[in-house]
Amino acid sequence: MTGTLAAIGVGLSVLGAGLGIGRIGGSATEAMARQPEASGKIQTAMIIAAALIEGVALFGVVASAFF
Amino acid sequence: MHRFLGGVIYGSMKISNRATKLLFTILAPALLSMSAFGQEHPQHDDHHGEATEQHVDDHANHDDHADHHGEADQEFDAVDMIMHHIQDAHEWHLVDIPQEDGTSKPVSIPLPVILYYNGQLDVFMSSAFHHGHSPVTKGDVTYIMDHGNIYVANAQGELEYDEEHHALNDKPLDLSITKNVAAMFLSILLLVWIFGSTAKNYKKTHVPRGMAKFMEPLVLFVRDDIARPNIEGDKYKRYLPFLLTIFFFIWINNLLGLIPVLAPNVTGNIAFTFVLAAFTLLIILFSGNKAYWGHILLPPVPWWLYIIMVPVEIIGIFTKPFALMIRLFANITAGHILILSLVSLIFIFKTAWMSLMSVPFMIFMFTLELLVAALQAYIFTLLAALFIGMAVEEHHGHGEEDVI
Repeated sequence: MTGTLAAIGVGLSVLGAGLGIGRIGGSATEAMARQPEASGKIQTAMIIAAALIEGVALFGVVASAFF
Repeated sequence: MHRFLGGVIYGSMKISNRATKLLFTILAPALLSMSAFGQEHPQHDDHHGEATEQHVDDHANHDDHADHHGEADQEFDAVDMIMHHIQDAHEWHLVDIPQEDGTSKPVSIPLPVILYYNGQLDVFMSSAFHHGHSPVTKGDVTYIMDHGNIYVANAQGELEYDEEHHALNDKPLDLSITKNVAAMFLSILLLVWIFGSTAKNYKKTHVPRGMAKFMEPLVLFVRDDIARPNIEGDKYKRYLPFLLTIFFFIWINNLLGLIPVLAPNVTGNIAFTFVLAAFTLLIILFSGNKAYWGHILLPPVPWWLYIIMVPVEIIGIFTKPFALMIRLFANITAGHILILSLVSLIFIFKTAWMSLMSVPFMIFMFTLELLVAALQAYIFTLLAALFIGMAVEEHHGHGEEDVI
């Protein structure tokens, strides 16, 4: 049971990460379409936000898989 | 303009070179001793996520694993293989060469084992352990290696196990040069060589030539896009050596972990990232000025919110470096596990045709890991600069919207 619960926990964190980063990607591309000259800044901000969200998701993965 | 730029680069490179060497001579022993405690982890990983009804199987498997190197592999255990590649070890294991009689001979580089027990300091090569099969006697103390950890044998010369098959014996103080420590030395050598030749270039001319031509945009990137925007005024110069060091140290260790046969997993070791985060925390704590501590202990909110805000702020001081540690560790370890799992797929399905699907995925994952290597170094450095910037920020006037 512990093994399955851990896997479910991991799956939930990954689900959250996928949704979050998907939204970031969507808003970023939308913003770039509106204002192409700001593409560089938007891309940088997108990468940073994605890495931060991934950090939180992997925090969840580590906590559920290893504890 | 060129002169100014060159002067700044020269100045920051000079600080960077010396401070880099200094920091490394501090980092290396710190990380070395930390990795001794980091080795506690392996046994917990083996058992923790496994259900109790699998416990019986576990014991059966355990005998297999204990004689793993001596006998033929009956079942391919993916978890065992992956854990073996991710964890630290006292020898640098390269390959296993299959012999005619079905067993496989491990080929590895032995590393020095340094143990301190009861006033006795023993130094010997890890080949004395014969890959964990034979105990080593030095004077009147016998050391036995079990699952990568070294224990002191009891009076009968054996290990005592508890119910979960963890050894109960004493452990000596393990200061060995393990695979991670040796890999750190390697990355230190690489960095000293790279930055040494970069700095030497600026002694002669402000125009970059050779290695400096490659490193200058990177160093300027750290200075102009990470340090300067986040740390106000001229204070960024004091913290630039630290930021440059962690950026390139993390990046190079991430890259080392991706080399196919060697693959030392340095940044995927939580003790290593713990030390990096600890350094960041120490720098933040020691460079916090009055405005910073004022905001933490007396935040600009109505007095009746203090009871919530102050504990949250104090806990926040520690959670930020903690998140830095976990983020780097989990990203790199997850990437390694993914790649190793894709390889294991071929062995689980026991067919070479699986490689048609597995290898392209693996190449894609490796490319992604290259990106992640640089990105995680950038994120760590960026957040460190952000936290340091918050700590040294001067007091600005507070409007209603300025609640930090």
